[in-house]
Amino acid sequence: MSNDDTFTHTNADVDVHAMGEVHEHPTWKEYKWVALILTVITIAEVWVYYTPFSKTPLFVPTLLIMSVAKFTIVVMFYMHLKYDHKIFRALFTGPLTIAMATLISLLFLFAKFSGK
Amino acid sequence: MATAVATHAHPPTSTGLDHRKIAIWAFIGSECMLFASLISTYLIYKGRSIVGPFPHEACDPPRCATHLNAILNIPVTSQSTFVLLMSSLFMVLALEAVENKGKPGYSGIRGSSKFWLMATAIAGATFLGYQAFEFTSFVHEGLTIRTNLFGSSFFTLTGFHGAHVTAGVLWLLTLFAIDVRRGLGPKDALLVDISALYWHFVDVVWIAIFTLVYLIK
Repeated sequence: MSNDDTFTHTNADVDVHAMGEVHEHPTWKEYKWVALILTVITIAEVWVYYTPFSKTPLFVPTLLIMSVAKFTIVVMFYMHLKYDHKIFRALFTGPLTIAMATLISLLFLFAKFSGK
Repeated sequence: MATAVATHAHPPTSTGLDHRKIAIWAFIGSECMLFASLISTYLIYKGRSIVGPFPHEACDPPRCATHLNAILNIPVTSQSTFVLLMSSLFMVLALEAVENKGKPGYSGIRGSSKFWLMATAIAGATFLGYQAFEFTSFVHEGLTIRTNLFGSSFFTLTGFHGAHVTAGVLWLLTLFAIDVRRGLGPKDALLVDISALYWHFVDVVWIAIFTLVYLIK
């Protein structure tokens, strides 16, 4: 790569936040709190599985809510999506939305044709 | 942000963002669709196996030739899930150590990217060990990828995830080797950041699999 192909940005015109040099990340303490919350939710999920609550209609929605909470926490804090550029957010949430829509559509489609 | 000053040379980009980071997010987006298709397949086939073993319920004659226990081992999988969650913590601490190398307050273990990278790789390898144990015990109990619809969709889904974890462990070990050879510093933070994004994605996929495959009966 020649020198002409590279540049040095020293002003605010270029968003260096996502370039790898400047990051606003959670602190060491926050990371540990996030890990603790994830562990507590996981314990709650497994505990609920073994209780009579698992035979109630609320069992599946409860598990899904806890799973979505864990998913969101990891994406927002560990993957720094909460702090990163909105393009990254779009690159992740766009395909994720398509994926979820496909999943739900397929489930409805197969449920309809199988009579379940 | 207005006072941020970066002095590293970059290829010019129209977005002002690093191509490599855009690429990893685009890759992760495509991986979302891959795993959504695998999870969809598992959920569509759920409960449609004609012969056992079954994931959550025992199978007795005449439906099965002999008595077969429910095959999923929740306590073991819960442990492997915990290990993978902790590996994500180790990964962010590795990234933080690389970004802040040499700064005050980042001495000892806290500033040792080698320690955290190796800890993450070991946690990933431990998860793979749990998965190997699980797969082996399933085969011994009569469930293979050809036994029934549950076996086919289960081994395909978790096998694909295990392959991703294996790739992640190799990536981490490569970064560890680079760190040992020449040391990783703030200028290499993006390399570690990209690998961390991949690793956390593998973790979030498992969060979904653990609930949808293992816990929902």
